[in-house]
Amino acid sequence: MTATAPTIAASPWTTHTARITEIIPEIEGVATYRLQSPAANSDGRYRFQPGQFNMLYLPGVGEAAFSMSGNPERPSEWIHTVRVAGNVTRTLAGLQEGDTLGVRGPFGSGWPVNHLSGLDLVIVAGGLGLAPLRPLIYQIVQNRNRFGETWLIVGARTPDVLLYSSEFDAWRQAGMDVQITVDRPSNSWMGNIGVVTAVLDRLALADASRTQLVACGPEVMMKYAALSGLRRGISADRIWVSMERNMQCAVGLCGHCQWGAAFVCKDGPVLRYDRIQPYFAVESL
Amino acid sequence: MAQPASTQFFEKQSLQLLIDELRRRGYEVVGPAIDQEAIVYAEVTSVAQLPQGWTDEQSPGSYRLKRREDDAWFGFVVGPHSWKKYLFPPRTTMLSAQQTERGWEFLPPPVSAKKYAFLGVRACELAAMKVQDRVFLGGPYQDPVYRERRESLFLIAVNCTQAASTCFCTSMKTGPRCEAGFDLGLTEIATGFVVEVGTEFGATVLAACAARPATADEERRAAAGRQQAVDQITRQMPADDLPQLLLENLNHPRWQDVGERCLSCTNCTLVCPTCFCSSVTDVRDLNTGAVERERTWDSCFNPDFGDLASGPVRPQISDRYRQWLTHKLGTWHEQFGTSGCVGCGRCITWCPVGIDITEEVAAIRETTAT
Repeated sequence: MTATAPTIAASPWTTHTARITEIIPEIEGVATYRLQSPAANSDGRYRFQPGQFNMLYLPGVGEAAFSMSGNPERPSEWIHTVRVAGNVTRTLAGLQEGDTLGVRGPFGSGWPVNHLSGLDLVIVAGGLGLAPLRPLIYQIVQNRNRFGETWLIVGARTPDVLLYSSEFDAWRQAGMDVQITVDRPSNSWMGNIGVVTAVLDRLALADASRTQLVACGPEVMMKYAALSGLRRGISADRIWVSMERNMQCAVGLCGHCQWGAAFVCKDGPVLRYDRIQPYFAVESL
Repeated sequence: MAQPASTQFFEKQSLQLLIDELRRRGYEVVGPAIDQEAIVYAEVTSVAQLPQGWTDEQSPGSYRLKRREDDAWFGFVVGPHSWKKYLFPPRTTMLSAQQTERGWEFLPPPVSAKKYAFLGVRACELAAMKVQDRVFLGGPYQDPVYRERRESLFLIAVNCTQAASTCFCTSMKTGPRCEAGFDLGLTEIATGFVVEVGTEFGATVLAACAARPATADEERRAAAGRQQAVDQITRQMPADDLPQLLLENLNHPRWQDVGERCLSCTNCTLVCPTCFCSSVTDVRDLNTGAVERERTWDSCFNPDFGDLASGPVRPQISDRYRQWLTHKLGTWHEQFGTSGCVGCGRCITWCPVGIDITEEVAAIRETTAT
């Protein structure tokens, strides 16, 4: 997973200094942070898989998990899109370009890029769930002929909270079928209205038995996207979701992120649907 | 590592020589001692601190010390402490952060020079350490504190010669006999200790207390003592099919039932020798501005244990009890290749409302919901 693979002596708590080099406001309450850390990439071999996450540490405040949202082929800078939701994110929102913080990572399982080659792919993103999917999208548009037909369905509550909307046309140009849907339209909205699964149900799939589905967003959205995929004939071992749980150690030692037998930080966050199907059926597991 | 079994014997009082030798070699010796009407683990410098002539009577929600009729030094089983207190300390610094002109800098904690000698480790506790070895050392990331302390550990096991009503090590196949994993293994008889040497280093340390080969009679009396422990076990929990049984019964009505009795007090997770959940908090020094990341024991029973910014993950007590039991007896197998339970019975004894994990499992087994 990491280029410098953890050795027996490496401590999972080893934290490197990272500097904020750019802050890009996105939609309301959301900003993207560009980080650089010479210390973490001293040998130039740092790599991350789309779907992985870093732990960002603000001393005195706390540490939290943030998905990688940047380009895996430019791994020397880390991009994290963050919504203000608690102490760490609220403090982060008050930092400026040039400030430093701590970083550990990358952690977790990534989107199964190697299993996607040659097959068709449906990507379903709900709200901020597009952030952990963007590295996968970059990987596809930068290596277009390695992948089959690819649809991206993006859902948001309203048009003005569509994340990364300025990039959609570029992705379309690169050969990705991008469809947007919102729950509540604005006056000027001319596109789909409704849940992402409604778009998924109508998708003109060439061959469901040769199609993969990846989904990221609110848990209920992922659950229904998976069920919709199954109904379309996509097999359960070709459906992948990205789960979110409370993470503290990020290495499967503190116990907070457990969901059934899975440590979401270590076995996930990207999990294959057939392996976790029984857990989705149980409330508050 | 393991040497051919070689049974020795030394007199009771010579145990003091063993303790002195370990201390001379720089070990902090920890063993059983009485504190606040319980047998706990604490630093032991003299055999006079051992609970000589005391035993423990345990049942769901009850623990009492009673005077024995004899003078046995290890005539009890396990109390509210487990050895995880030393290998996985309740509070420990994992990282330090300091502001410099270059911004925040992060430093690992200094390596601790402390090494422990555990005196009086029971078979279920040896098994619990092996379980925690898999947790803390068996994955792609190791816990540096656990590794340091585990590697420098000197371990004197003690074979149980009795069982409490709450013990069920035989069901979990973890005891009562100490088979391996110790430097020295003791069985107490009236006149002294029959010793099994587990490692070469154990033999070296043993040389300090003038041990001699055990006689056949001494070995016979030791075996009889160990058999008494087996005979006294009354609690059973068939355990081979638990992962599947629990996975199929995540919506069983028994969870609601136990949820109404459970106080979510976290006693069971505190006393359990294999529970490993922790939290990390920041401690700031107001004078220097330096910050330490401190790892502390936590419990899945704490109401906000799994909480996300979007809300609680296991809001009901029944949700949290289900997590604890199905993890300990079920999903632990998939995660670590063994059960998380060693049958020590502590969770039964120390539950203030006397919830019995073996009874809960039996209830689910009896009425498996479709």
